[in-house]
Amino acid sequence: MKRNHAWLALLLALCMVFLTGCHGSQERTAFTVPEQLDMSRNYDITFWAKNDTNMRQTEIYKQAISAFQALYPNITVTLRLYTDYGDIYNDVITNISTQTTPNVCITYPDHIATYLTGDNVVVPLDALFTDARYGLDGSEVLFDAPTMEEIVPEFLEECQVNGHYYAVPYMRSTEACYVNKTMVEKLGYTLPETLTWDFIWEVSEAAAATLGEDGVYAVNGQKVLIPFIYKSTDNMMIQMLRQLDAGYSSAAGDIQLFNDTTADLLLGIAGHTAAGAFSTFKISGYPANFLNAGQCIFAIDSTAGSTWMGSDAPLVDIPPEEIVDFETEVMMIPQFDPENPQMISQGPSICIFNKEDPQEVLASWLFTQYLLTDAVQIAYAETEGYVPVTTRAQNNADYQAYLDAAGTDTDTHYSVKIEATELLLEHLDDTFTTPVFNGSTSLRDAAGQLIEDVTKSVRRKQTVDAASIEKLYADTEALYHLDSISRSGGKTELGALPAASVALLVALAVVWAGILAWALAAWMRRRRKRGTRSV
Amino acid sequence: MRKFISVILALCLVAALAACAGDTTQESSTEPSSSASESSASEESTEPDTSEDQTDAEPADVMSYDEYVAAELDTEVTIEAYVQAKQSWWEDKATVYAQDEDGAYFLYDMACSEADYELLTPGTCIRVTGFKSEWSGEVEIIDGTFEIVEGGDSFIAEALDVTDLLGSEELIDHQNQFVQFKGLTVEASQDANGNEAAFLYNYDGSGSDGDDLYFNVSYNGETYTFTVESYLCDNTTDVYKAVTALEVGQTIDAEGFLYWYEGVNPHITSVTVVE
Repeated sequence: MKRNHAWLALLLALCMVFLTGCHGSQERTAFTVPEQLDMSRNYDITFWAKNDTNMRQTEIYKQAISAFQALYPNITVTLRLYTDYGDIYNDVITNISTQTTPNVCITYPDHIATYLTGDNVVVPLDALFTDARYGLDGSEVLFDAPTMEEIVPEFLEECQVNGHYYAVPYMRSTEACYVNKTMVEKLGYTLPETLTWDFIWEVSEAAAATLGEDGVYAVNGQKVLIPFIYKSTDNMMIQMLRQLDAGYSSAAGDIQLFNDTTADLLLGIAGHTAAGAFSTFKISGYPANFLNAGQCIFAIDSTAGSTWMGSDAPLVDIPPEEIVDFETEVMMIPQFDPENPQMISQGPSICIFNKEDPQEVLASWLFTQYLLTDAVQIAYAETEGYVPVTTRAQNNADYQAYLDAAGTDTDTHYSVKIEATELLLEHLDDTFTTPVFNGSTSLRDAAGQLIEDVTKSVRRKQTVDAASIEKLYADTEALYHLDSISRSGGKTELGALPAASVALLVALAVVWAGILAWALAAWMRRRRKRGTRSV
Repeated sequence: MRKFISVILALCLVAALAACAGDTTQESSTEPSSSASESSASEESTEPDTSEDQTDAEPADVMSYDEYVAAELDTEVTIEAYVQAKQSWWEDKATVYAQDEDGAYFLYDMACSEADYELLTPGTCIRVTGFKSEWSGEVEIIDGTFEIVEGGDSFIAEALDVTDLLGSEELIDHQNQFVQFKGLTVEASQDANGNEAAFLYNYDGSGSDGDDLYFNVSYNGETYTFTVESYLCDNTTDVYKAVTALEVGQTIDAEGFLYWYEGVNPHITSVTVVE
């Protein structure tokens, strides 16, 4: 009997080992807010940040870290800088598997949806927001943090994934159309109050038509002219579809991009490209470089790129002798319905990655909170056409004075930059974001790729028609694996279980049933024996 | 009876473990087909993966360098050249400098599996079909596919001295070639705050170790900006370390590829301090 017990124990132990192995060794336990931050300990946290290749932004990060460490000498923050969201995303994905993610990370909500495919990888912030001691404006926080109500609700909502907050907004921007007003008027047009797509295409084609036999465009006297350049073609497609109330994706993750309206838009873009009116950043180069060289009339780029736009731009990437003088008008992106304008809301958010030590996570949260203080928010917003994400910073007298000083210099108060900022501040209610789900990053890429491919095809004198767009849909869907994204939030439908898996589950069930049956039989026998002795 | 139950349980466990093993095999075999095709492609022949269209199409005539130069932008081109340096690989796309006796090519985001990327050693002869394009002044071949030329010879370009062409209109004729500059003086670079340094991380000093390096050099009274492209030469390379040790006023010789971005912007691969 003892020998059989030993065998059974061995079997159980083996089962436990294999079941534990099946479950995976990478999973972390869910974070719970500690009672208090242990100030007797030292914490090292890493912060992966993105700057727009802008020295001032780098300095603001460093100043923020320095000021935070002065308040919390036991928390050391190490900064790692990126200049591209995509690079951060790729590095985070790589580091999730090795559990070497940063503590605090600048991110897009789209990216968080992918990070969340791992269990307990990203810290849900709901409990931290409302924690009485360490939450937003909590009693134990050693600096003047904003309250939850002071974070612009629209911006905060963008950080919700699957009903939980997984990020806080850090900065917000939108896109603007930077217009060479001088050239528009030279062509005999007057800028409307709100740009429409029809107006942009008409003026752009008129400009392209000034190409002379000598290869010089009469409107700018140069051999190069791209009347209309778009930096982010993913945004272009997303905003066009939104303005037309056409499908892109549902909140649940249904892919709706490949529809008839998209096809009509692509055919229209193809026609305008054929007329020499349009190109993209990926195909030709930075819109700002063409705009400032007098080789572009309508340049659409982020408001966070406004310091590069215009004859007096403080940041330039082309030789000074190539910059031409013109009047720059900062306008809302073109609309299909000017009475109901719609524009995208974008910009960096901040997420916190989970760690084994909840104290370390709490330290990370405190630093994250510090990035929302007025000093950081205002300083960073002033580096580009960004808007602070808290009403407290937006209403701060210093920030208001900054806005009022627009145009007083061509550096901090560069008029184009502040006009771009004001554009977003005045149209907060006209902004939107796209649904976030696992796969939404791929969908966004695909939306832009459709425009890039059609534009390239036209330039290469390839046929663009309904049939080619149908093929483009199929190729793009396959390339970005959009056919494997389910409507239930992005989990891939894997189909029926393989036979071997079914066999495994059945075998395990039989083992457990056998164990239970054997234990039950043993218990019954013991009961009978006890009953016999009592007689 | 107890023995019987023990045996049954043991058999069940063995069956379960066997099923586990079977499942692993299943997973391996159902890994994305691209990896399977990549490995088989590299094992069976040295021909890299090509797109379906490319496989079905008739092989295009190979252009001479002069024909390539004469080809209009946005037209399809096919060239043969020798790999000189690999800049990057990511998500089945490779960026490569290639050159032959007559001229050089920048092959941007060329379709390439990770396994095939390993085959692109310096000197390897490849045939590339793609579209001639221009991005901010850099003429390149994009959306390309390639195959390694079986039995092709090897060629490593010697650095062409273009020092005296700096500032001239002829310099662009050597775009993308492996070149050298001699007797350049390191000039101070200014970051966005006006601070001076011999080099900057990123163009304005906003970066940190590991980012691109920018440094200014002068020759015949004109100043030029050179770059150590961190994908081409990362912070473990000799050139990266050499540039971060530069001092203003030093005289240097440099080698690299004659890249273009809104003007000449060589991607430097070696720097030697002369004085």
